[in-house]
Amino acid sequence: MIRIQARTEPSTLMKIASPLIAIVLTLLFGCLLFSAIGKDPLQALHVLLIAPLSDSYNIGEMFVKMGPLLLCAVGLAICYRANMWNIGAEGQLLAGALGGSAMALYFIDSDSVFALPITLLAGIVSGMLWSAIPTFLKLRFNSNLILTTIMFNYIALYLLIWAVHGPLRDPQGFGFPESALFSDATLLPTLFEFSRIHLGIVFAILAGFIGWFILTKTHLGFQIRVLGADEPAAKYAGFNSKKLSWFVMLFAGALAGLAGVSETTGPIGQLVPNVSPGYGYSAIIVAYLGRLHPIGAILAAVFMAILYMGGDLAQIEMGIPVAVVSMFQGVLLFFLLACDFFINNRLTLSHQATN
Amino acid sequence: MLLQANKWLRQNGASTLNTQQIASRLELIDITKQYPGCLANDSINLCLQPGEIHALLGENGAGKSTLVKTIYGVVAPDKGDILWDGKEVTIKSPSTARDLGIGMVFQHFSLFETLTVSQNIELCLSQKHLANIDDLAEKIRQLSEEYGLNVDPDKYVHSLSIGERQRVEIMRCLVQSVKLLILDEPTSVLTPQEVSGLFDVLRTLSKEGCSILFISHKLHEVTEICHQATILRGGKVVNTCVPSEETPASIAKMMVGDLAEQDTQYTKKEGTHTLFSANNLSLPSKQPFGTSLKNIQFELKAGEILGIAGVAGNGQDELMAIISGEDNRTNKSSLSLDQMDIGHLHAGDRRKLGMAYVPEERLGRGAVPDMSLTENTLLTHSTGFIKNGLVQWQEAKDYASRLIKKYKVKCHGEFSEAKSLSGGNLQKFIMGREIGQNPKVLICAHPTWGVDVGAALAIHQALLDLRDQGAAILLISEDIDELFLLADRMSAICDGHLSPQVKTQDTNIDQIGQWMAGTFIDTQRELTQETQS
Repeated sequence: MIRIQARTEPSTLMKIASPLIAIVLTLLFGCLLFSAIGKDPLQALHVLLIAPLSDSYNIGEMFVKMGPLLLCAVGLAICYRANMWNIGAEGQLLAGALGGSAMALYFIDSDSVFALPITLLAGIVSGMLWSAIPTFLKLRFNSNLILTTIMFNYIALYLLIWAVHGPLRDPQGFGFPESALFSDATLLPTLFEFSRIHLGIVFAILAGFIGWFILTKTHLGFQIRVLGADEPAAKYAGFNSKKLSWFVMLFAGALAGLAGVSETTGPIGQLVPNVSPGYGYSAIIVAYLGRLHPIGAILAAVFMAILYMGGDLAQIEMGIPVAVVSMFQGVLLFFLLACDFFINNRLTLSHQATN
Repeated sequence: MLLQANKWLRQNGASTLNTQQIASRLELIDITKQYPGCLANDSINLCLQPGEIHALLGENGAGKSTLVKTIYGVVAPDKGDILWDGKEVTIKSPSTARDLGIGMVFQHFSLFETLTVSQNIELCLSQKHLANIDDLAEKIRQLSEEYGLNVDPDKYVHSLSIGERQRVEIMRCLVQSVKLLILDEPTSVLTPQEVSGLFDVLRTLSKEGCSILFISHKLHEVTEICHQATILRGGKVVNTCVPSEETPASIAKMMVGDLAEQDTQYTKKEGTHTLFSANNLSLPSKQPFGTSLKNIQFELKAGEILGIAGVAGNGQDELMAIISGEDNRTNKSSLSLDQMDIGHLHAGDRRKLGMAYVPEERLGRGAVPDMSLTENTLLTHSTGFIKNGLVQWQEAKDYASRLIKKYKVKCHGEFSEAKSLSGGNLQKFIMGREIGQNPKVLICAHPTWGVDVGAALAIHQALLDLRDQGAAILLISEDIDELFLLADRMSAICDGHLSPQVKTQDTNIDQIGQWMAGTFIDTQRELTQETQS
């Protein structure tokens, strides 16, 4: 008889091993799945995980995908550390893309050096606004943050679709739901000539380190950690939990908004309906895989970006549907949460018969 | 204290031997349960006759919950025997307990709100029981009539009041034809009318031979309904009595111990000027299980310790939350510090003005369990460790290790997590941290609860030193000995009312015991009426 028993103290080993075990289990599950649909599992895994790193162009693309994932994940990790369950990075990203694009279109004939910073700022502010509404609803009416942020994801998505079909549609675009191509003055500069890597990845890695700095070095970060770890203690110490909640939510909104505007002014160069292949949702997994630590999120974002790349390659080279990426992500989160259970619990064998 | 308790045990043991001839419903012999760092039950003997309503009394942490959980099969005792109807049994799980005929109603109910009463009751019945019942709803109606429970089997639980839900829980036990019903603080959630209804049900049950084990903090209820009472203190049985022959005050005295055993004496001081005061403070409770505060009025002087005695759950937690500012619904003028109104300020702002607190709950409120002692120092003591918003970790670390040394906190070092410390050591640390901020006013709840004698002495000395430096200290405790030892003035809290404050020399344990039972409330009310008319 196998029984589940609570550990007297959480296992440090499991804390570190849990994401790795989850990745291994996910890969094993993938092998089973690929076999079931008649594909060679080893080749599929090779295409999914190794091929994306095989040449410099692909590595560059990996960084392009890593940028928005990491930006969103850093913000989410800090929210989750404060026990604020923000599931709205996707909506905040889309809001950033929308607000930033509107500004970029305003500067379409400009060659001012301020055009790009103002465009980025517009994206950041839009993301912040989008996270501010659910935050206000939670703090004022105690509404469920998870539900409101998810709802705001959909509102942002349809707002964006409306905009590209309506006011922001390119008048010379033959009716396609796309904005005009942005002016060079509002495009993020690429870092290298041979790839599409742009300034966004620099923002993202910088955000990772800023997030780490806030959490570990500042009094603000300390208060955030206390609030998340032990709310009664934060109350007892007299920390202003409303202020802290506002900070983490606006910070996450700003980073997600920056991710959105960096996508439209970076690799895409215009506003299109499908700005994000679900970066804001995948970032939740990145944040967890990185153990809610901004530096851990950098490593996790690399993994997730490879998976995105691999999904594209698997579709091209082996005819595996691209939905496999979402499935992999879902299974990964599932295994991760399951493995995390064993941080605080363990299995014991007991010989006692139960009645 | 130990010697006396042992004497009691021996006497008690002798009396159990005498009653053993009659087959008791339940008999506990030498039940012992050791938790890490805490002996929750220490050789407890208890005997329950059929039809007896037996009160289990004691302060928080006296071991009542562990004991009833042992009887209900939730906790396995380390040592000791349980006799059921004279036969030795091992109660492995709540389902074994239910099969024997033991039912328990917990303080917080376990009902599914979206299901009906009879569905809820059906859920917890074993196959064996269900096979014996043809029509559960009919059975519920019949029992409901028989005991006057007034439970409608078809109603949904979400539509029921708290009192009705409790009756559903009792019904759940009745359907299983219990022989022993355990009630954990059943009246704390009820209105006075519901309480008298509950007592009628309990009396009927008792007449039919069902034994009842009744945990309560409300002593007048115990004297009203219980036939026998067992009083626990520090995991031991310290006394047994027949409640009808006692008064609430005399039982309160038994619960908190005998003053005569205290051998140390500290000099009493008189405060100089008023530092902190609560002015006619009334506030309804936030929680459904809480106590509302009524016309709280006191002054706290510099250089004195004011003690507030009281049985748990009489408004201490609410008072503490209001003074600390964690609950700042109070209006501006109801609290003042140094002639400044602070009723509207947040907890953090009050701290900045020189107030400090030692909460009852050490782990999870006074300290973050998963954080190091350095981080826990920073929790409330941040002056000097923050520069331009950045934490000076090295300095905080040095300070934490100085605290550890000064207050002899046993731990691996300032990097130890708070949860790795024993209760007493963590309390010394928290005490040191709060005193280290040189507060003008220190509010301190149950400072030595669960702390060993050595640590308690150190904590007492630290409190007295702080008083002698001119700080005002409010000491809230259930331990009346400690209050008499430390407090310069005394007061008691009962059902959200605070008694007048008197000099400790001018009062005695009887008066405070009576106040704890609420005798001052009527006189206070008369006084206010007099002044009004």
